[in-house]
Amino acid sequence: MSTIAHTQKRGFAGTVWEYLTTVDHKKIAILYLLAGGFFFIVGGIEAMMIRIQLAVPNNDFVSAGLFNEIITMHGTTMIFLAAMPLLFAFMNAVMPLQIGARDVAFPFINALGFWLFFFGGLFLNLSWFLGGAPDAGWTSYASLSLASEGHGIDFYALGLQISGFGTLMGGINFLVTIINMRAPGMTYMRMPLFTWTTFVASALILFAFPPLTVGLFMLIFDRMFGSGFFDVAMGGNTIIWEHFFWIFGHPEVYILVLPAFGIFSEIFPTFSRKRLFGYSSMVFATVLIGFLGFMVWAHHMFTTGLGPIANAIFAVATMAIAVPTGIKIFNWIMTIWGGSIQFTVPMLYAIAFIPSFVMGGVTGVMQAAAPADYQLHDTYFIVAHFHYVIVGGIVLGLIGGAHFYWPLMFGTMLSEKLGKITFVLFLVGFHLTFFIQHFLGLMGMPRRVWTFLPGQGLETGNLISSIGAAFMAVGIIIMLINIVITQKNNVQVGRDPWKDGRTLEWALPSPTPFYNFKQLPLVRGLDPFWIEKMEGKTEMTPAEPIGDIHMPNNSFIPFVISLGLFIAAFGAMYQMDDKAWAIPVLVIGMAVTFGAMLVRSIKDDHGFHIHKEDLLEEDGKGGTR
Amino acid sequence: MANLQQNSNNPKASYEYRRKKHAEEMRMQVITFTMMIFFTVIAFAAVGAGFSKWFIIPFVLLLAVVQVIFQLYYFMHMSHKGHEAAQLFMYSGVLVGFITILTFLTIIWW
Ligand code: HEM
Ligand SMILES: [Cu+2]
Repeated sequence: MSTIAHTQKRGFAGTVWEYLTTVDHKKIAILYLLAGGFFFIVGGIEAMMIRIQLAVPNNDFVSAGLFNEIITMHGTTMIFLAAMPLLFAFMNAVMPLQIGARDVAFPFINALGFWLFFFGGLFLNLSWFLGGAPDAGWTSYASLSLASEGHGIDFYALGLQISGFGTLMGGINFLVTIINMRAPGMTYMRMPLFTWTTFVASALILFAFPPLTVGLFMLIFDRMFGSGFFDVAMGGNTIIWEHFFWIFGHPEVYILVLPAFGIFSEIFPTFSRKRLFGYSSMVFATVLIGFLGFMVWAHHMFTTGLGPIANAIFAVATMAIAVPTGIKIFNWIMTIWGGSIQFTVPMLYAIAFIPSFVMGGVTGVMQAAAPADYQLHDTYFIVAHFHYVIVGGIVLGLIGGAHFYWPLMFGTMLSEKLGKITFVLFLVGFHLTFFIQHFLGLMGMPRRVWTFLPGQGLETGNLISSIGAAFMAVGIIIMLINIVITQKNNVQVGRDPWKDGRTLEWALPSPTPFYNFKQLPLVRGLDPFWIEKMEGKTEMTPAEPIGDIHMPNNSFIPFVISLGLFIAAFGAMYQMDDKAWAIPVLVIGMAVTFGAMLVRSIKDDHGFHIHKEDLLEEDGKGGTR
Repeated sequence: MANLQQNSNNPKASYEYRRKKHAEEMRMQVITFTMMIFFTVIAFAAVGAGFSKWFIIPFVLLLAVVQVIFQLYYFMHMSHKGHEAAQLFMYSGVLVGFITILTFLTIIWW
């Protein structure tokens, strides 16, 4: 186990076992990509069902109750189970390499984070087959969710609780990795922007997820154990849930969008062959956005009756965020300005992102004006706004990032031709779908509405919107075909496939060795690999002689811990129906989890060493270069 | 990590230096420990003396905060070098918690 033979060919079962037990951040990245991609498709199918239902007036493609379940699951799945894990995939795949680390700080916790997310998401989605999905919106406002019948909301609360733990662990791991594991010379102000945005987003996760956890626990107790935090009849207050949710919820949108900003900040310099314009102001803007992101949550609650003073404070704070965001936009434009630009697929996404995201930002500022929001709130205008920031910012970042980092993760290059077709279809579809929704909203079409009547001027807009959605779907299908073809052909493209890689991750041989860096690199400035290339070198200058490398052992325990909670959640949920088996199931699940934790605590696992001789020998053979 | 680094290559000098440092630290720890016990006594006394609850609650909370700070800085060595990141995150957490409590006290009606 302790040699490089490690990376040799395995059978199918061997590969599955390897991934079930892996603690390697590069493999965990692939797990996140697969699971996040799966949930993205599930959420996408739900979106298509929504658009089919709303394509024509008085439609009855789905019933009203089912429609509520679909929109709830669409939002929840997309935010928690698709966008976040996909970003985590890139963070895991890229960030440790960008800072010149051999591994993350807590490989075991990293794996645990993934499995908790996965089982939480699985639990949530099993609601479809076990008596109905949650139907109170992804915001699950308490006055609705306490009244919701069946177990849908319980699936929501327990599932998000489990996957939320996973996200929190992932965030903490990234924070500690960035603080402690940087290569010699990699100071904070030399960190690539994607690392910086990962850092700030992880800090936001650290502070934003605990309020969600508290809120979800209160919801669970109100629904399952008869407490009355949100129950007005028992002296509670339903507004408390809204505060907890949005104290988490607004930072959450920045948790999502900041890493996407980071990906674009890597793509722009690479394909403009220029360093990022205004690096330090970019860092400053990132940190400031993170900070302000915590001061604005009540802009989601302007119409709940907070009073004019609170509304005014939160309105001004919200508008203030436009300033650092504007700084970033101008810096990106200045980065492209005068560069020698290559219109590769990632670069196309990055360029399309700028106007798309700005439109979402502008409508955001409009909504931030509290009196205007009384008109806009809960209409399709809001739907248009957040899709412009989410799709125009995050999803474009995810797809662009997937094309950009595909060679790093898999060693192959996605087809540029198919990529461009996907790009055009997706971008056109996106604007067709959501631009018109601004006007539908202004005409008074409410958000989360099951159907509408003919003769109110809403038909054409909705039909156009649905046609746009179909374009996006076709674009994504072509991307999937692209992926299948590329992986089937399996043409390895080697090191620095874009030729203009600037940061450390592109300095590594491809496929990346499982120990990442044979010798830790010496970082001599921003864009370290570019600096070396400008001096005519092809590799990084090492900062240390070749020596033994310490690696962690694989472990099946993260999977078991998460599985235990998954089982326990069924027990917790069905005990409210007085099912005799529920409590035993709860106990068994908890026993599995705590048993696995106990094993982990008692059993010493010191990992293994790759010996210097093996590394040198590999060098002699010419290795994988 | 950083607090494990030695600041001198001369083992003798650094030993002497650290001895002095430790002695100093020990003195601070004893002092703060005494003060913490004293604070606890005052807290009990304040409740026992039967002041108005509008005085007692803020007062006891204030003493508690001071004790937490003592604990962090003198017993958990947060004043030492190499804890800047931890400090940053703790203060950010305190700030977020504070803002949350502030809004809950001001704009949620019961
Ligand atoms: C950058 C990424 C952003 C994301 C992902 C995002 C996402 C969202 C989402 C999901 C909502 C819907 C809330 C609901 O359920 O009603 C929303 C509403 C809102 N957003 Fe954003 N947003 C972003 C940026 C901004 C910006 C830059 C601003 C203002 C400068 C802004 C201001 C608002 C306001 C005021 C609302 C509340 C509208 C209402 O509910 O009536 N957002 N946003
Ligand atoms: Cu918000």
